[in-house]
Parts: sequence; C-alpha cells; structure tokens
Amino acid sequence: MAYWGGGGAGGWSGPGEGMGQRRGAAGRIDGWNYDDLGKVYDAHLIRRMIPFVTPYRWHSIFALISMVIVSLSQYAQPYIMGRAIERIVDRIGAGESVSADIRNFGQLLVLLAVISFIAMYTQRRMTGFIGHRLLREMRGMMFAHLNRLSMRFYDNEEVGRVMSRVTSDVVTLQELLTSGALNVLADFIGLALIIGFLFALDVQLALVSLAVIPPLMLFMWFWQAYAARAFIRTRMAIATVNSNINENVSGVRVVQSMGREAENLRRFDRLNTNNLDSNLYAARLQAAVMPLVEILSSVATLLVLIVIGIRTFNGDIEASAALGFATAFLLYIQRFFNPVRDIVLQYTQLQRAMAGAHRIFELLDTDPEIADAPDAIELTEVRGQVDFNRVDFEYVPGVPVLRQFDLHVRPGETIALVGHTGAGKTSVTALIPRFYDINGGELLIDGVDIRKIKLASLTRNISIVLQEPYLFSGTIADNIRYGRLDATDQDIRVAATAVGADEFIDRLDRGYDTVLHERGQNLSVGQRQLISFARAIVADPRILILDEATANVDTHTEKLIQRALDTMLKGRTSFVIAHRLSTIRSADRIVVMRDGQIAEIGNHEELVAQNGIYADLYRMAFTHLTEQEAATERTEG
Amino acid sequence: MPSRMPIQFRLIGQALQYRGQIALSLFVLAGASLLTIATPALVGFAIDTGLDIQTVRDITGADTQVAQGDMSTLLLASALVLVAALARGVFVYAQTYLAESVSQRVAYDLRNMLYDRLQRLSFAYHDTAEVGEIMSRATQDVEGVRMFVSMGVIRFVYIFVLISVSYGLMIATNLKVGLIALAFVPLIAVQSSWMALRMRPIWLKVQSIQGEMSTILQENLTGQRVVKAFSRQDFEQQKFEEKTDDLFTHSYRTAKFQAFNEPFLLAVWLLSSGVVFWAGTAEIEAGRMLPGELVAFQLYLTLLQVPVRSIGFVVNIFARAHSAGTRLFEVLDAESPVQEKPGAPPLGPGSGHVRFERVSFGYDPKRPVVRDVDIEALPGQTVALLGPTGSGKTTIVNLLPRFYDVTTGRITVDGQDVRDVQLKSLRDAIGIVQQDVFLFSATIRENIAYGKADATQEEIEEAAKAARIHDFILSQPDGYDTWVGERGATLSGGQRQRVAIARTLLLNPRILIFDDSTAAVDMRTEFLIQEALRNLMTGRTTFVIAQRLRTVKEAHQILVMQDGVVVERGTHEELLTRDGFYRRIYDLELRDQEEAAAATEPAILPEVRD
Repeated sequence: MAYWGGGGAGGWSGPGEGMGQRRGAAGRIDGWNYDDLGKVYDAHLIRRMIPFVTPYRWHSIFALISMVIVSLSQYAQPYIMGRAIERIVDRIGAGESVSADIRNFGQLLVLLAVISFIAMYTQRRMTGFIGHRLLREMRGMMFAHLNRLSMRFYDNEEVGRVMSRVTSDVVTLQELLTSGALNVLADFIGLALIIGFLFALDVQLALVSLAVIPPLMLFMWFWQAYAARAFIRTRMAIATVNSNINENVSGVRVVQSMGREAENLRRFDRLNTNNLDSNLYAARLQAAVMPLVEILSSVATLLVLIVIGIRTFNGDIEASAALGFATAFLLYIQRFFNPVRDIVLQYTQLQRAMAGAHRIFELLDTDPEIADAPDAIELTEVRGQVDFNRVDFEYVPGVPVLRQFDLHVRPGETIALVGHTGAGKTSVTALIPRFYDINGGELLIDGVDIRKIKLASLTRNISIVLQEPYLFSGTIADNIRYGRLDATDQDIRVAATAVGADEFIDRLDRGYDTVLHERGQNLSVGQRQLISFARAIVADPRILILDEATANVDTHTEKLIQRALDTMLKGRTSFVIAHRLSTIRSADRIVVMRDGQIAEIGNHEELVAQNGIYADLYRMAFTHLTEQEAATERTEG
Repeated sequence: MPSRMPIQFRLIGQALQYRGQIALSLFVLAGASLLTIATPALVGFAIDTGLDIQTVRDITGADTQVAQGDMSTLLLASALVLVAALARGVFVYAQTYLAESVSQRVAYDLRNMLYDRLQRLSFAYHDTAEVGEIMSRATQDVEGVRMFVSMGVIRFVYIFVLISVSYGLMIATNLKVGLIALAFVPLIAVQSSWMALRMRPIWLKVQSIQGEMSTILQENLTGQRVVKAFSRQDFEQQKFEEKTDDLFTHSYRTAKFQAFNEPFLLAVWLLSSGVVFWAGTAEIEAGRMLPGELVAFQLYLTLLQVPVRSIGFVVNIFARAHSAGTRLFEVLDAESPVQEKPGAPPLGPGSGHVRFERVSFGYDPKRPVVRDVDIEALPGQTVALLGPTGSGKTTIVNLLPRFYDVTTGRITVDGQDVRDVQLKSLRDAIGIVQQDVFLFSATIRENIAYGKADATQEEIEEAAKAARIHDFILSQPDGYDTWVGERGATLSGGQRQRVAIARTLLLNPRILIFDDSTAAVDMRTEFLIQEALRNLMTGRTTFVIAQRLRTVKEAHQILVMQDGVVVERGTHEELLTRDGFYRRIYDLELRDQEEAAAATEPAILPEVRD
C-alpha cells in the first residue's frame, strides 16, 4: 500500500518548498518532473550507487541471509501443513496413533514462527541501520557539495527544487537501496520458493494453479501504466490546490482589500473539484486490484479442486494425498498473489527512485567551478589594493556584463559606484570576494591574482552588506558572531555599538540573546540591517562592500548608519553602491557605470563640472523635487 | 459554533452529508464481508462433502481412506467458490470505491470551507497565524480527517464485521480450536495499537527534527551569498550534520521499534496458524473435526491476518483524527471580530469625505496601539502619516476598510459609520497599494484585473498606461500574458509597485491608501512611480504612509505619529517652523537634495524612459 501512501497530501512538504506553479513547467511539482519517469534499471546509475552501500556490505549480507530465511519459514508453512495432513489422515485411516506426528508437526510450525521472528527482526534492524546511515551520509555529502558550488549555480536554481533533492529525492534513493531493492528481491525469492514447493508437491497441480499468473501479470502490467499516470495526476492536482491555498493565505490582505473572496473561492473550487475528480478516477482504478486478484485466486482454487477431484475419483492419488494437496495448494494460492502484486507495484517505485537518483547525481556532478587552486596562497596582512585589469565578465555566455573594466583602487580608498540598474555595479562587487570568476583580464588584491588566493583567506578580509539583510535563525549574538566565529561577547558589543545597533538591542528583553525567528522576521528591516552591519564590522575586514545597504531601511536606521559610516569606512578599501547623494558625494572617487564600462570617474566636483551622466543624474534628483512642488501647486490651485 | 461534542462525532457529522453513499457502502460492505467469510467455508465444504474422505473397512478388514464424494458435488461446491468470488469482487470494488469517494468528498468540503473561512478572517487573525502552520492544517490535518472517514469510519465497520463473524463461525465449528485461534487476536490488536500510539510522539519528534534540518538547509541555500562572503561553509556543514546526526538517532529509534513490531506480528500469526493446526489435527484424530474444516480455519487465519493487524492502524487514525479535527475546527470555528451587520446597506454615493473621531484601537483593549486619533480628510485631500516603525501609522489606515474594528470612537465615510455599511461596498470604495506589493502567480493581465475580473482589455491597458507600466509590459515577449512568477518574483520592485498601482486604478476607488515605505529604486523608476501615483491620486481622498518626505511634502495635512498618538500635525511649511520630529527627519532626508538644487543650474530635464 506504500504505493498510495502520501498521495493525499503529496505536493506540499513543509516550509521552504517551492510552491510556485509555473506555467510551462506545470509538470514540475516539488522538484518532481513527472513527465520524465526514469528507466527502471539504469546500469550506470546502479554502478554509482554501489560505493554508498559498500561500507555496509556485512550488514547487507546479513540482511540478505535473514531475508531468505524469512521467506523460507513463511512459505514452507503450507507445504509442511499439506504433508502433515496427508500423513496424519493416512495414519488415522490405518488406525495408528498420530499423537507423535501431531506433536512433531506442531513443534515444527512453532519453531518456524520463532525462526521467522528472529530472522525478520535481524533483517529489519540491518536495513534500518543501513538506510538511516545512508540518509545521513548522502545528505552531508550533498550539503558539502552545495556549499562548494559557485554563485552561478544559485542564480539559476530555485531553492525549492534544490531542497527537494536533499530532502525527498534522497529518501527515495535510500528506500531503493534498502527496503525497495530488498523487497523486490524478497518477492522474487518468495515467488521462486512458492513455485519450488508447488512443483515439489505435484507438477500437474503446480501447473494448474500457476495458470492464472500470466493473466494476472498482464492485467497488473496494464493497470500500473494507467495507475501511475492517475497517481501522478492526483499529486499534481493536490499540489496545485495547496499552492493556491498558500498563495491566498499569504496574500489575504490584498484579497480582502480588493474584495476578491467570492471570485477566489470560485476559482479554488475549480482546482479542488479537479483534485476530487482525479482522486475518484484513481480510486476507481485502485479499487479494481483486490477484487481481480481474489477472483483469479478463486479461479485457481476452482481448478485445483477440480483436478484433485478428478484424480481422486479416478484413483490416481490416494485420498489422504488429496487432502494434503488441497491444504497446501489452497493455502499457497492465497499467498502467491501478494509477491506478484508487489513486484508490479514496485516497478513504478523503481522508476521514481531512478529518477531521484539521477537528479541527485546530477547535482553531485555539477562542477564547483570556483575552488582553491592547488598552489593557492594564504593571504596575510592585506593592505587593500584592488586592481581590475581589463576585466571581462558575463553571467550568461554571449551577454557581457563587464567589458574591459579597468579600475585601480588604492588601499583605504572609498569608491562609489553609480549607474542604472543593469549597468554592472553589483557585478563589480561580486567579483571581489570571487562569487564568480572573471572571463577575461585580471583581478588582483594587493597585486595577487585572486584565483591564486585561498578562498577562505580572501573572504576573511572582505565583508559585504547586501540590500536584503540576510540573518540566520539563532540569537542576535550568534548572527553578529557569524562574521568572526571567535569573537568574544565584548567584540560583539563593540561592533554593535560602532554601527549604532546597541541602542535597540539593549531595549530588547533578552538583549543579545534574543532569538530571531526565521530570517529575523521579529525585527524590522532596519534592525536586521544594523545587525548585518555589525556582522560585517566584527570581522574587521580590509575591504568593505556596501551594496545598496541602506536602500530598504527606515529613516531612523538610515540616520544611525549614516552616522556610523565614517568610522566604518575609515582605513578600509570600500566599494559603496548607494542611492543617497550625500554618501556618494563623500566618496574619494565616483565611478559612473554604463553598459559594463566606466563612463565617468572622478570626485563629485569633477564630475559635476564634466556635465555628463553624473551631472544629469544629480540634476534629475533635483528636478524630481521641483516637479513635485509644481504638482502640489497644481492641485492646490 | 464551538461544540462540546467529541471531535470524532463532529467529523462523522461532516461525513453524514453523504449518508446515501455511506448507507450504500455499508450495504455493500455487509455483502462483501459475508461473501469473504463464505469462501473458506465453501472451500471446506468442497473438501468435506465434494471429496468426502471416509475411512472404509475393506473386505480384507483393513482400513483405507476412500473418497466418498462425487464429482458433481465437488464441481458445484467449487463453482460456488468462484461465484462467491465474482460477487464479492463486485461488492469489494463498490465498497473500496465508495469509502474513498465519501472520504474524498469530505476532504473537498473541508478544503472549501477552510479556504473561505481563511480569506474572511480579519487581519487580527492573520497577524498572529503563521502561513506554514495554516498550511499544515490545510494539508496534513485534512488528510488525517480523510483517512479517518475512509479507514476509521467505513473500514472499521468492515474489519469489525469480518473479525467477529469469522471467529464466530470458527467457534461454532469447533469451540476449542476456535477459541485457540481467537486467543491471538487480542495479542495482535494490543501490540499493534500500543505500537501505533507509542510511535506517534516519536514520529512527531522526527518530523520536527526534519523541519529543523530543512530550515538549516534552506537558510544555507537562500543565504548562500552570506555563507560565501564569510566563508562559513564548515560552520554550516557542522550545523547541518548536528541535525542529520540527531535525525539519525531518532529515526533509527523508530526503525528499531518497527524492526520488532512487524516480525512480532508476523510471528504471532505464523504461531497462531501453527498452534491451530496442532490443535486441529488433534481434533481430527479425536474425530471432532473434519480435515476440510481445518483447511477452512487456516484460510480464515490467512484472510484475517491483514484486518487484525490493521486494528493498530485504525487506532492510530482515531488518535490522529482527534488532533487533526481539533486543529481544523479551530480555524473553521474562528469568528472574525469584523462582522457585517445583518441587512447593512451598501455604502451610499459620495466623494470620499473621511472622518476619524477619537479613534482608539488595540488588540488588547487595555493596551491600545493607537489612541484618540482625530482626522478629517475632505474629498480629494491627501493626508500623510509619518513616524517611526511601530508608531501606529499602518494600523490607522487598516481601520478604514475595517481590516480591524476600532475599539472606541468611530470612522465615517461620507457620513456613514463604516461598521453600519456592507463590507464589500466599503472595501470597493477604498483602493490600497500596500508596502509589500503582493502579486499573484498569474499573468500581468490577471494581476491588473485582480479587483475587477471582468475588466476589458481597453480598461486594463488604460490603467497600465496611467500607472506607467504599459510600455514595459509591451516590451515583454508575451505582453500582457507574461507570467508573473511566485509573488511577482520576475518583476523588479518598481515594476511590481506600478502593477499594483494599475490594479488599484482599475478599481476606481473614491478613497486611496498608499503605503510608501518602499525600497529605494533608481531615479528613473522613482520618477515613473511618482507620475503613476499622481494619476492615481487625482480626485481621490488619499492616505499616504510615508517614510520619505518627497511624497509627504505635497500633502494637505501631515500627521506625525509616535507611540500611537498624533504628536504633530499641519502642512509641510507649518511643521518646518516647529523644531520637532518632522524637522529632524527633513534635515536628514531632503537637505542634500535641496542643496543639490541650489548648487546646480536647473538644466534640461533628462529624457526619461523605462
């Protein structure tokens, strides 16, 4: 029944999962691409999985042996019973005492039960251990790999999809490697044992009772093709339903303010009905399996009884043998449908597992792109000289973002980057900590090519404050300490004070030990930004990058940051992308960017005097103001 | 309607809407169970009567076993087995389908009810409820109830009938062996129920660790730039591995439990059939039982294996239904404090004259968030609200469309108390452009027409033009059919805001609320937004929540708020003359621009395009 498990609440699997339903990619829900079920057996993938299991080869062998014992003890039972009945009836007929036989057979059956318990328990313990260890290791491995991947990977991947590889795909693969593969094996072994016992009992009856297997296989084969599709449809339908609920709850303020309740309910009802319909369709298919299996087993029962009858009445077999056969065969018939059904059902599971394995290896095979060169050096005592020598850079091949960008920054200099969205300002700052590698030219820190510097030592000297302050769950102190793990409480306090964050932190009930909710939702944007400033400063970097760091904060916070800015920039090479003129104006040099190149460079006075782009931008801020004043007069007049 | 009824009864009440289907399913269920039970008996009958093995003393005086039956009886009995199977097939099919159908319909109803309740609950509810929490109710709890209806209610009856009738028959056939067979039922039932109940808390624990692990993973992925910027890969790896270790410990614990449970249940079953066989053969020896009857007993035991084991499953489903049902009804029973008066008339026509009369509001009446606010906004006027985060600006404007109700005082629109008019007509009269612009994953067209689903293309384009977003939309490959990603992720902040302005323009409200605490955008975009806004505000009474003074300067009234009270009010010029809060923000905000104005010669307006 695992096949249908989770079909109800499928798509939605917790916070962080990408809930987006995209047009044109509707087949892709929670990281599954259902149109693309994998092959059942992919030798290449299997080969790659083997190393995961090899550390547990003894556990696996143990599990395997136990499993064979379980199958044996389970499927030997009808055989023993058949033989016992035959013998006992025979001896009763002969007027002999059967008490000893009864005791012997009885003890054998009890012993069988005990053996099967021990063997099955061993098997479960082993597979449980292997399975959960595998999960832990695969996840750790993927996590480490994800952290090695460059920013380029993150630019192109949705977080939800990556999440589902580490959370659900790994589970599918683990199930395949442990219970899945083993179950299929167990089913095959079980089936082989049953067939063996049947033939050992009587060839003719074995053939008769197995006659129903081919039609059953055929039916299950067609059935699973339809059922798999129906099942996929229910998963997609429920995912759409859930993402609609999620969106409506998240946007409930807009819904209410626009009075969309009735319309939204109407649309939701359509999705909900679609989900109901696809589930009912799946139910119609699902409900057919058990009746069919039972009807076929009744056909087999009928055939076996008739053949036994004919042979008994013809005197071909002893009457006691007839009873023994009847007992054993009728019990086997009831049991051999389960493995047959399971094997067919596992087929789709295997497909899914292979698809999951494929996605996992795809991720693990993604080239980290940016890694320490073997001869990379440790950067010590950085002065903060940054040289862009005719740097070319592109995110997407063929679409240059920086072209022959040439900029030489002296230690301690403050550079303001100005330009329209897409001019390449952020790209310049993203290259310095080597989030991306350049495509041409050279980028030097203190005269050393950054590709020859150990990444950790490079970033230790650089701090960045981004437009969106990103905080981790944990306390405020934890978050500031993120900048330097060995920072003392005193260091943290000093950093917070330096950026003016101490004021609000001290007002909180638990001060620096205040626990942040996910992404610091319990603080205002401004407060979060102050913490990320403190985090940047506690690292005492030589190079500081502020990428629109004050764009989202409220006036009060901005005031605090403005005040702190002078001390923060002092003695550090700084790159500042800002919208506030006063910040830009006080920079040592202003770099005006256009189409990935430097259009103008110089200090404020020089650039205003040049009367170029910068002067235009500067004036626009000004005209903007007068425009508004004019408008006010118009409405008043 | 909160109720003291047990939750399970309320859930059954919910299912009873489909009493026709339930009655039918109970009927086919009875048929299915009887026919299921008949099969082993028929097989036993075929063996004992069709074959009828008897001990016969032959002429030599030796006993031999002879089949006394005849082929036609055997054929008849076997044919009956098949007929019973065919009939049972139909009944089982109908029963399985009906159980699923009823449960799916109940889930469908619950989802619709939940959806509608959620979108009608006031902001006060949504302020405290977390989306993730609501989602887990809408998914896992609905599923829990669905399982309860299908397995707990319908399936339970089936299992109960099957077990009791089968054992009844066995006991009737042979008291001793029947009782021995029955002895194993409580053992299995108790073990599997105990397991199910025991496992629940452990599972919940595993789930919560999984949640924590996902959070670390997600933070690591979303904050990757920060992780890289500080080279904290090892630190993150360590955090993550702590959780995976934790997860291993706990989920391995569940595995150990299960490693015991399943073999135990299987062994008990094997044991029971072994012991029954043992006792049965002894009874055959004593002549108190026929071989066919023993075969029938074995078939019964095989048949009952699954139902008996699923007792634990059912117990678990009952337990789960209680918590799931409780959590669902918590939402469904929640009453919005904002209620429309019965028979409230629609808001009468007017030009947007808004009055706040000594308005106070607090989630907790003893701790008001805003206190004694008086505002009079004449038609067409702009009122700007200014103040630090948490000063109550947003709360005040949220009282106007009744997202919350005032605690004391009153608010009137064109002379009518907002609490006396139809809610929809009130909200239709008010357009809101919120701080965090929320767009829906739909096309741009659908997003603009969000408040007016029947808007024509001309109307939509007109609104888009006025909102200065039309040209941008046309520059997209799919134009108005361009798909806007989740929450408008594919658009920039400035573009999202202009779509929101177009969306509000299309509503043509007489009153406008605009939350201007937006991210800084580049100057060109800022300029476009300002133009769009001017189009939007013309002829409407407007409330602006402003962080930036640019939008405030032109307001007719400026209200400076602090800690929920209005501390300064007046026009820009009036407030500048006072050396208060306004003056201080002004100094920081606008001075450099004004200086710029003084320093530079007014030049030709640069060409502005998007």
